[in-house]
Amino acid sequence: MTVITTPSDTYGIAVDNISVTYSNARLALYNANCYVEPGTITGLVGPNGGGKSTLFKSIMGFLSPSQGHVHIDGVSVERAQKQQLMAYVPQADEVDWNFPISVFDVVMMGRYGYMNMFRIPSRKDRRLVMESLERVGMSEFRNRQIGELSGGQKKRAFLARALAQAGKVILLDEPFTGVDVKTEKSIITLLMQLRDEGHTILVSTHDLSSISTFCDRVILLNQTILAAGTTEETFTEENLSMTFGGLPISSLSGKTNQSPDAHLANQPGHSFIQSEKANAQGIDV
Amino acid sequence: MSMALLLAISPEAIWSWIVEPLQLGFMIRALWVSSFVGVVCAVLSCYITLKGWSLMGDAVSHAVVPGVVVAYALGLPFSLGAFVFGFGATVAIGYVKAQTRLKEDAGIGVIFTGFFAFGLVLATKIPSNIDLFHILFGNVLGISQQDIIQTLIAGGLTLAIILFRRKDLLLFCFDPTHAKAIGLNTQLMYYTLLSVLALTIVTALQTAGIVLVVAMLVTPGSTAYLLSDRFDRMLLISVAVSVLSCLSGTYLSYHLDASTGGCIVVMMTLFFTVAMLFAPKYGIVTQKFLGGQGKRDARFPQA
Repeated sequence: MTVITTPSDTYGIAVDNISVTYSNARLALYNANCYVEPGTITGLVGPNGGGKSTLFKSIMGFLSPSQGHVHIDGVSVERAQKQQLMAYVPQADEVDWNFPISVFDVVMMGRYGYMNMFRIPSRKDRRLVMESLERVGMSEFRNRQIGELSGGQKKRAFLARALAQAGKVILLDEPFTGVDVKTEKSIITLLMQLRDEGHTILVSTHDLSSISTFCDRVILLNQTILAAGTTEETFTEENLSMTFGGLPISSLSGKTNQSPDAHLANQPGHSFIQSEKANAQGIDV
Repeated sequence: MSMALLLAISPEAIWSWIVEPLQLGFMIRALWVSSFVGVVCAVLSCYITLKGWSLMGDAVSHAVVPGVVVAYALGLPFSLGAFVFGFGATVAIGYVKAQTRLKEDAGIGVIFTGFFAFGLVLATKIPSNIDLFHILFGNVLGISQQDIIQTLIAGGLTLAIILFRRKDLLLFCFDPTHAKAIGLNTQLMYYTLLSVLALTIVTALQTAGIVLVVAMLVTPGSTAYLLSDRFDRMLLISVAVSVLSCLSGTYLSYHLDASTGGCIVVMMTLFFTVAMLFAPKYGIVTQKFLGGQGKRDARFPQA
């Protein structure tokens, strides 16, 4: 693939104080601030229902936050998408696996943004699709209907689509769900190669076991961003128990004076904890 | 005559069964118009089936009634009124869904029955020579030259739009999230698909009538979906099944002296039932007795 780049055209993701309220008045995310460093693999870690998917959707512009905004190093998300900077690998259950479409055609959809309005693939498009399939080891399955794949093959097919799109920023939503250990390893190897080629990779997961093996940085999320930083400093037991340890949402909502972060702030290992922000701005639900 | 046919099926009898109606101008017209409508509906039905918009098709078809009445009252082409109200209903449904906490199906139910009821009131209050029965159940045997032209224009437009935007529409049905991620205008795709849906219903109005048009929009695509794993093949099968149903249904309606729209849809349903039971890969009977291996269920993927 022609994706070998100099580190200078890497892109970071800036999440600037966003809050998201769903139409049923549920507050999914509030005052989320973080910066995904360019050219890194960053793990987005938090419990189910903690807002990982919401943050992803906000970053991809699939939903518009009620406050705050996201940009890709100064470029708006919309423009970044038009420039094919951003690729998204969906969760397995977001895909209709019975859709009458082959693996090859799915990967070709990664090229649509480069084609004219009739979406007629050029030779270059075909070549890049084949190379992407090759790279994830899916060439021999290219004519399969997507439902005829195993869990790991399904993931690799959609990863190939992201490769074909050649986006500089790749978001993967729960890429290791329903995937065997061998596939997980090969996906991780591929992600590390992509990072070394200058891609910025954000991976959401609630599976903690493999984080430290491949994530350069970690963002801990539960309704808001509780901590962010290098894996070494941030992926600590205290931080994890804070993220997963059942902090009641009510104590996070700003109604009480005691910030959930306040009593944790003096614990070691938090590179930056956004207690002031969570405190300062009351949330009305 | 139809009784005789049932009693003695000889090659001559079949021949005359086929040829006899062709002596009549209105039958020839009905056959080719309904086949044309069959093609248009079959193409769109692949998208509608995959997108899960069957109920939307039902809604649009019912919502066109006031448009037809108003158009006749104002002396405008019926298709114009039908399109405006059909498309208007989809916009109203989208608005209700976005602005209230109602689920989409409830919004659809409220809006389309409202439009339909309004149409009934208009049809019974505005003096006109509209036959409500024909709007509801179609009248392809008595279709006028003018109506044929409108059908051709609406259908031709539908086919042209789908042909030019087919890749994007397919992407929109399959993975709108990805469409958005690569910077395509999904809002535009949404309204494009809705407009061709409304146009198709306008096309099929005279053949099937608003009550049965949803069958022409859903059944061929569903039948083809059970028979194929590739979109292109699904499209071909859908068109074949639909045209075959339209032709045989129109013949049946002539020989049985029964509702044309009704006969067409009955034929479609028959084809669907056969596919459902005996499709090579996904048929119920096939899977049960031959151990069909292609279970259409993503929860149990093959290794």
